[in-house]
Amino acid sequence: MHFAVLQFPASNCDQDAVYALRRLGHTAELVWHKVATLEQAAAVIVPGGFSYGDYLRTGAIARFSPVMQALQTFAANGGLVLGICNGFQILCEAHLLPGALVRNRSLQFRCEQIFLRTATGDSPFTCRIPADRPLRLPVAHGEGCYYADDATLTELAANHQILWQYCDARGELTDDASPNGSLRNIAGICNAQRNVAGLMPHPERACEPLLGSEDGCLIFASMIHTLERRAAGLGSPSR
Amino acid sequence: MKAKIIITPKKAVLDPQGKTVKNALAHLGYTGVSDVHVGKYIEIDLDPAADRETARQTLADACHKFLSNPIIEDYRLELE
Repeated sequence: MHFAVLQFPASNCDQDAVYALRRLGHTAELVWHKVATLEQAAAVIVPGGFSYGDYLRTGAIARFSPVMQALQTFAANGGLVLGICNGFQILCEAHLLPGALVRNRSLQFRCEQIFLRTATGDSPFTCRIPADRPLRLPVAHGEGCYYADDATLTELAANHQILWQYCDARGELTDDASPNGSLRNIAGICNAQRNVAGLMPHPERACEPLLGSEDGCLIFASMIHTLERRAAGLGSPSR
Repeated sequence: MKAKIIITPKKAVLDPQGKTVKNALAHLGYTGVSDVHVGKYIEIDLDPAADRETARQTLADACHKFLSNPIIEDYRLELE
């Protein structure tokens, strides 16, 4: 499968995403933010970093890039899009995902390993993740506290759009397990159509034993499995 | 003509900066502070010949779509 990894000024996890996808045996290319087409891609990764220096708000300027206009069309046509960290912030600013990411409750930039509970296997991003298996992934962000109003949160929960939540090693959702104070321990969500997802932790930084965890591969493997089923004319998989 | 835009976090959104500044003020002995909100201030210089009402509408649009995020922030626009 061929992945496009978007590249904005001050993206800094773009190369990591390309590396992780190639290591899984797939092709990936960087797509500069001024490019206005994504026709070659089977799926798109919006990577982490500090696009446009995080000026004004995280992701606020990147969302108006030409490539983001192309991404709107790509997503509207059902293409798979995964935003990681700053990529998640950009997707929220672009209204491809509901809610917003605000300053961590601690005011600290948190750079550490966390555990994630996968709340549902019913998505193209989680279908290959074993149920009840906490994922070990790193986070590195200062503004990852997920916020949405009550009505949006209720809708997210009702539609099973909450994909990942911060948990402890046993899979329990505790306040201490969250590095940023997100509402409902939310670490990642998807849109109502389930083809666009974002998360603050970094799966691309946990894709080989040398990095301390390979759990990130399960998220990319879910996307690849979905794309392969689509290519074979089969429906969307679930866990 | 100058536009002054003040952006503040919505009341429902956690404002850890405001809370920390409030605590610091108390530690420094400044009493009588009931709450603190930390936001942003943007100053925009405009063509002096620009029509005031058109400028207001244009900037309100920019505030809503770009300069603030209505999910988490309120804004106040002043022209002088």
